Amino acid sequence: MIEIRGLKKRLSRKPVLDGLDLDVRTGETLVVLGPSGTGKSVLLKHIIGLMAPDEGSIRIDGEEIVGLKEGALNRVRRRFGMLFQGAALFDSMTVGENVSLAMLEHQNGMTPDEVERRVRERLEWVGLRGAESMKPASLSGGMRKRVGLARALALDPEYILYDEPTTGLDPIMADVINQLIRDLQKQLNVTSVAVTHDITSAYTIADRIVLLYDGRIVFSGTPDETRGTRDPMVRQFIEGSSHGPIQPV
Amino acid sequence: MANGLTGEEVALRGFRFLRTRAGDALAEIGRVSLLIGETLQLLARRRPAFRLLVQQMNGIGVDSLWLVLVVSLFTGAVAAVQAAYQFTAVVPLKYLSAVIMRSVVIELGPVLTALVIGGRVGASIAAELGTMKVTEQIDALRAMGINPVRYLVAPRVTAAIIMLPILTIYADVIAIFGGFVVAVNVVGVSAATYLQGLREFFYMKDVMSGIVKALFFGGIIGTMGCYYGFQTEGGAEGVGKATTGAVVTSCVLVLILDYILASILFRVVFA
Repeated sequence: MIEIRGLKKRLSRKPVLDGLDLDVRTGETLVVLGPSGTGKSVLLKHIIGLMAPDEGSIRIDGEEIVGLKEGALNRVRRRFGMLFQGAALFDSMTVGENVSLAMLEHQNGMTPDEVERRVRERLEWVGLRGAESMKPASLSGGMRKRVGLARALALDPEYILYDEPTTGLDPIMADVINQLIRDLQKQLNVTSVAVTHDITSAYTIADRIVLLYDGRIVFSGTPDETRGTRDPMVRQFIEGSSHGPIQPV
Repeated sequence: MANGLTGEEVALRGFRFLRTRAGDALAEIGRVSLLIGETLQLLARRRPAFRLLVQQMNGIGVDSLWLVLVVSLFTGAVAAVQAAYQFTAVVPLKYLSAVIMRSVVIELGPVLTALVIGGRVGASIAAELGTMKVTEQIDALRAMGINPVRYLVAPRVTAAIIMLPILTIYADVIAIFGGFVVAVNVVGVSAATYLQGLREFFYMKDVMSGIVKALFFGGIIGTMGCYYGFQTEGGAEGVGKATTGAVVTSCVLVLILDYILASILFRVVFA
């Protein structure tokens, strides 16, 4: 369970998160919707400790992570997997090395054979059997995201964070990624937070959807509740209108 | 006054500008010091993974060898031509090789190698880490619980500190050889005289001073490349700025430190 209370963050003197409260329940997939530039990625980076808030509290299963030193944070981070917006694959390494890096660095007693087997298995999960020796530069956008996902799954995380998992993909590849997230969710029973502005993706993968606007959560509901809501901000966002309470920036 | 400002307002603006600049410079020195401190702390606790170190030593040292050899060959050749010209009718040519050797070993070898490597390696480290920063690869490392200073900075700085002295020794030898080729074939000094001069005026402390300098220059080049890489913000333009910053700063620092080390080594240590 992730509990976020009163989270505030200013970037270049502009408030991005402004007293945000949010709970992510164990086992659920929460989608954070919101217009571009409203601090969705910033929120994710706070959860995994890549950014430190100006004020507020973040608890992971009861443990406060705000104010932790880098070494202690690293222990918390190993329970997370994160899929970055542009996949953030290490381009000096092969696909296989990308997936195996965390296993080798954290030396958790795995033999080279076990590492190899686990890399193969993770790549099979994301539909990239036999891609070990390819270089990230030769992969398409969708393949990169899938390798990023395989890498995020390397250490059997309890939590997975997705930063815009479908952005920049064609609708078919976007659906492949959405289904993959959904399937992995069922198989692995992890807790996930995805930030996106892709409504279709949100409906497909979410157990619960929240809307982030003006540095706070302004709506929370199931996909069905989101579809049927009369909340003017949510309506404007899902209808994709430039007129309404949300001011485009 | 121009722009309708009083003298007092102009002075105040000037003061604020200087204060901001001074503050920025101090902050920069602070950040570099923190990076150096963290790197040393990590290195004291655990040496970098052998595989990463060898990879970097290869990139920094082996891949730079040809460049260093060409530069030092011509440095020695030029030193021979210049020294011979300046010796004309004043100093006997039997001292030519000694002058070439000592200026190369003490000064030209370590400093020119550092400037060339600062350009080649400093730029490539800054560009690589800068690109990793703007494409979130450094965030990805941290998200995996891997300390980027340990994984990226420590092997690069260590490799630069190890390889610079080695490259400098190659540069010394090749520059003296370049001087030999010109002295014998162009200036008309006999090979025996050239070699005799080398033997007579060889001092181990000259070589040591050059190697000590090279150790420090390696540290500067590795650290500045990593520092500017980590500071990169905002896409391709940011990477370009980081690369320029790394090269310019390493070269300037190499020359400043060269003076400081020369003062310490020749006025205190070897005095």
